[in-house]
Amino acid sequence: MQLSTKHLLGIKDISREDISLILSTARQFKEVLQRPVKKVPSLREVTIVNLFYENSTRTRISFELAEKRLSADTINFSTSASSVSKGETLLDTVNNILSMKVDMVVMRHSASGAPHFLAKHIPAAIVNAGDGINEHPTQALLDAFSIEEKLGSLAGKKVALIGDIMHSRVALSNIHLLNKMGAEVMVAGPPTLIPKYIGEALNVKVEYDLKKALQWCDVANVLRIQLERQNQVLFSSLREYNLAYGVSRKMLDSLGKEIIIMHPGPINRGVEIDSDVADGHQSIILQQVENGVAVRMAVLYLLAGKRE
Amino acid sequence: MTHTELQFQIDKLADQLLTLHPDLSEVAFIGIQQGGVALADEIMVVIQKLRPSEKIFYGQLDITFYRDDIRKEILAPDNMHIPFSIEDKKVVLIDDVLFTGRTIKAALDVLLDYGRPSKVELCVLIDRREHRQFPIQADIAAMVWPTEKTDKVKLLPDDAGNKHVVIIGKQ
Repeated sequence: MQLSTKHLLGIKDISREDISLILSTARQFKEVLQRPVKKVPSLREVTIVNLFYENSTRTRISFELAEKRLSADTINFSTSASSVSKGETLLDTVNNILSMKVDMVVMRHSASGAPHFLAKHIPAAIVNAGDGINEHPTQALLDAFSIEEKLGSLAGKKVALIGDIMHSRVALSNIHLLNKMGAEVMVAGPPTLIPKYIGEALNVKVEYDLKKALQWCDVANVLRIQLERQNQVLFSSLREYNLAYGVSRKMLDSLGKEIIIMHPGPINRGVEIDSDVADGHQSIILQQVENGVAVRMAVLYLLAGKRE
Repeated sequence: MTHTELQFQIDKLADQLLTLHPDLSEVAFIGIQQGGVALADEIMVVIQKLRPSEKIFYGQLDITFYRDDIRKEILAPDNMHIPFSIEDKKVVLIDDVLFTGRTIKAALDVLLDYGRPSKVELCVLIDRREHRQFPIQADIAAMVWPTEKTDKVKLLPDDAGNKHVVIIGKQ
């Protein structure tokens, strides 16, 4: 069993079989994480650099922990403390790092397509940890893993992605993944935050009424309002956004059914989701974070076998 | 080896294990994926028949993440399930074939990450003694088979379903 790809750049580029292999391997790694010694020697001869050109808490820690649990050697790089601030190009920076014999690159970048560009120019395996508004494949994989864990399988399940679809790489990766695995997908939010032709282009349902979306779905994946990527006014105020599109306890209680609540983090409490929902019994937000380590271990493990 | 012969060897192994370990409460039997689990499943059925009222500690171990040949190929892992503490237990590792000894070495690594057993023993169906690469020997071996190094010896289900037969073939 092998992945069909040498890099993990996006869910768009991998097959249904690749996704299944990653998820089933992640289940075995989750078992490893329950052991007294939560570490295996699989990647002891592999060196991985974590290149973070954009801020991150969960993803960076999760990748680093996954690498350490696999016994890989790791180097961390963040732009603020590097020569990038002196004007070095991305390719120069990476080539310099690779000349020190690094096998894999985990990269987050604010420019969409940055990891795809790197993949064309360097020999190392690349894992996309989020590129601009394009994709965040490991987040979609850990979301899928968490849904499977809760509901058994993805096929036929109804998943609503709620909020800032326009600027969300999590949304795009989730849409590709859920479509490939046979789930039904809906995007819901204000019209200004949902790309115009997304329904036809990506085979998803579009809904502008939050309550209707929640009534339809088995799982609601609530996305963060990405204020840092919005350079124009797309809704009048956070308060108004919360009133129209914030997921509240009252609304969940009015549905007459239990749905699962997810959020990729970081949460804007009181904006896209209220605290009593985020911390409530339907929320699996912290399980998502826990599963993230197992899923990233699976991705790194399987890609390590594809090195030349 | 036919299924009847295999069943005879399995009965013999179960009998030997019970002779060595009359008190089952302090022993944990652990099969190594995949052939070892197939064999251990059968041995456990026999032991449970001989000691119907006693609880048997039985688990399955997978060495995929501990292999020393990751550079050659990546394998998809099998299930790992040890639902009890092995701390201070006598662990009996069970495998179908003992060949180079590398699998057992990896299995010991896995086991020690789970806890500190008071003793570890090895029980195999077939010992291919002349091809050992590590200083590892079985405590119980049903048979010693002289083989060529390129032979493959495996415990497999036959056409009838879950009955196991051992086949040998040139690679």
